[in-house]
Amino acid sequence: MYENMVTARHYEERLQEEYLEGKQPAFDISAGPIPGELHLAAGQEAAAAGVCQHLRDDDAVTAPHRPHHVAIAKGVDLQRMTAEIFGRQTGLGKGKGGHMHLFDPEVHFACSGIIAEGCPPAAGAGLAAKKRNEDSVAVAYLGEGAIDQGAFLESLNFAAVFDLPVVFVIEDNDWAISMPKERVTDVENGANRADGFEMPGVRVDADDAVEIYEVAGEAIGRARDRNGPTVLEVQVHRRMGHFMGDPQTYRPEADQDAALARDSIERLEADLRDYGVDDETMESIREESHERVEAAIAWAKEQPKPDPADAYEDMFVNPPSGVTDSEPDFDVAGGDD
Amino acid sequence: MSDASGETRDLTMSRAMVSAIAHEMRENDEVFYMGEDVADYGGIFDSTEGLREEFGYDRVMDVPISETAYLGAAVGAAQEGMRPIAELMFVDFFGVAMDQIYNQMAKNTYMSGGNVSVPMVLTAAVGGTYNDAAQHSQTLYGTFAHVPGLKVVVPSTAYEAKGLMHNAIRDDDPVLYMFHKRLMGIGWLPAPDGPKTPVPQTDYTIPFGSADVKRDGDDVTIVTLGLHVHRALEAAADLADDGIDAEVVDLRSLVPLDTDTIVESVEKTGNLVVVDEDYRSYGVTGEIVASVADEALAALDSVERVALPDVPIPYSRPMENEVVPDVDDIAAAVRRTQ
Ligand SMILES: Cc1ncc(C[n+]2csc(CCOP(=O)(O)OP(=O)(O)O)c2C)c(N)n1
Repeated sequence: MYENMVTARHYEERLQEEYLEGKQPAFDISAGPIPGELHLAAGQEAAAAGVCQHLRDDDAVTAPHRPHHVAIAKGVDLQRMTAEIFGRQTGLGKGKGGHMHLFDPEVHFACSGIIAEGCPPAAGAGLAAKKRNEDSVAVAYLGEGAIDQGAFLESLNFAAVFDLPVVFVIEDNDWAISMPKERVTDVENGANRADGFEMPGVRVDADDAVEIYEVAGEAIGRARDRNGPTVLEVQVHRRMGHFMGDPQTYRPEADQDAALARDSIERLEADLRDYGVDDETMESIREESHERVEAAIAWAKEQPKPDPADAYEDMFVNPPSGVTDSEPDFDVAGGDD
Repeated sequence: MSDASGETRDLTMSRAMVSAIAHEMRENDEVFYMGEDVADYGGIFDSTEGLREEFGYDRVMDVPISETAYLGAAVGAAQEGMRPIAELMFVDFFGVAMDQIYNQMAKNTYMSGGNVSVPMVLTAAVGGTYNDAAQHSQTLYGTFAHVPGLKVVVPSTAYEAKGLMHNAIRDDDPVLYMFHKRLMGIGWLPAPDGPKTPVPQTDYTIPFGSADVKRDGDDVTIVTLGLHVHRALEAAADLADDGIDAEVVDLRSLVPLDTDTIVESVEKTGNLVVVDEDYRSYGVTGEIVASVADEALAALDSVERVALPDVPIPYSRPMENEVVPDVDDIAAAVRRTQ
């Protein structure tokens, strides 16, 4: 857990540096080595590590627009994920998907940038496991802002009705972009959404990786034992803006300070010390994880960029006749990168 | 066009939009704005900057992330005679609320035999060119223009943004107002020079179905909209160096479509190039070519379509640049007509 958390934190710190390159003085989202938007999850690592620690490669995870910490905890190929984020040909999606759309079928990991839309496919993965009589489970991650969305609520009902092995993990970071939780919901405890579907709903109030691990263990165990779905809400903190470049003018400074003061990684370090883990051991875990991150970034940056013509491939795995997989049937100019 | 004379000032497209909205909100208490991050944030694309400060949270409402609920609520409030403006942050998110848009907002007037009206505006940011991949870069003009019952407008400059917005809010029918992110003039998505234009201080309307000839020319008609008006103008400037004189028609609205202006231009030039940032098949380019063929087949010497090839928009820059039409693509298509 600790290793996953420090890896995720360091990974994102490094992505942030890379992302900012070429974007100053005027912040231009389409400039620099990392394309598009970038949503970082600093402060939310415990939600990923505490839950995914219980998962196997054949358990499915769907992540939302803020996916890196979850992907790391789920064991997504770090090098190919990084190459994807840099838009390279050897990335997980050959540079077609990017940071919000990471897919690693080896470890059953998928993403969507559309709010709450990972919930139905997670229910579907649970359905597949049930139909095949397998004991794999599915986990759908979403933010506290996303739980007002129909796709989430419909998926709860669907999973409940068919007793599917699914855990819905709500990462409550108090903010949906600029909208504070209290302004868009009357329900303080998002896990209570489960009540209407007669399934367990549990909330972990402190962003405490150990407690999340324990509570998630019960929920995932229940799913694996075919005792149906659970909603698990965990309190986390958004240390940064919603996306890189977000000026956060809407956010009270005290809230930002509180988010920075309450660091789940430091908290876990304190716990580990209490358990008798010495500082050198933690330091060596940190160092190894840093090396892994540096190696992934270095590897990714050496990878070739896609050819413009690659854009026409992969629309179908079985291209219908009449559709040429690799070449458009009309003139294309451009591709001036 | 109503009076657009008087004092002007240079505005970005987002400022022009907001000034029209603020004017209408001052004039009419029934106008209100709903969307995600529209109050304190001022709209992710600055589409509501400053409105909450003037009108408060009751009239500039941040809503839960539940597009079905708030877009549908706009339909319902409109049917009660209010004039809601509801913002879909990225047009790509239409799917989660498709029924409210496609079956309720668009069709209730017709199904009620004209007895119900839905005087609402749905604003949505459209467009790619900033490497945000397939779920955040679409224009989807064709998707909305395809369903009967929605008026669809697409401003290309600040001047259009304001005049079309005044008209949209005053219109008694549902209007889909699709603004291109690249034209808004926001810090993190720099705009080209074109969209910042002089804008009259007073209110004025641009009627729907009135295309604007942005550049006169004799040799070829380039029909386009939104961001690609600026790319077409740049291509036309390049082509002029080679002695090709291109006319650029800015559609400004897709529904209604000003076929007269297009046909008139094609009858003069004989050549038609349609440029669109939406998918090629079953879309805007096909529609326009078909309309011209219907009305002026004899005048057509050649036709070219420049649009997004039928692929989702890729993330990585070389591939996105490949599929989104650029100035060179437009110029090359024009050359093929000569
Ligand atoms: C259907 C849909 N609506 C709106 C958005 C835009 N959007 C992206 S992230 C976000 C806020 C999400 O908040 P939350 O679920 O709390 O997750 P967080 O960003 O805080 O991790 C919004 C509104 C979207 N991607 N999809």
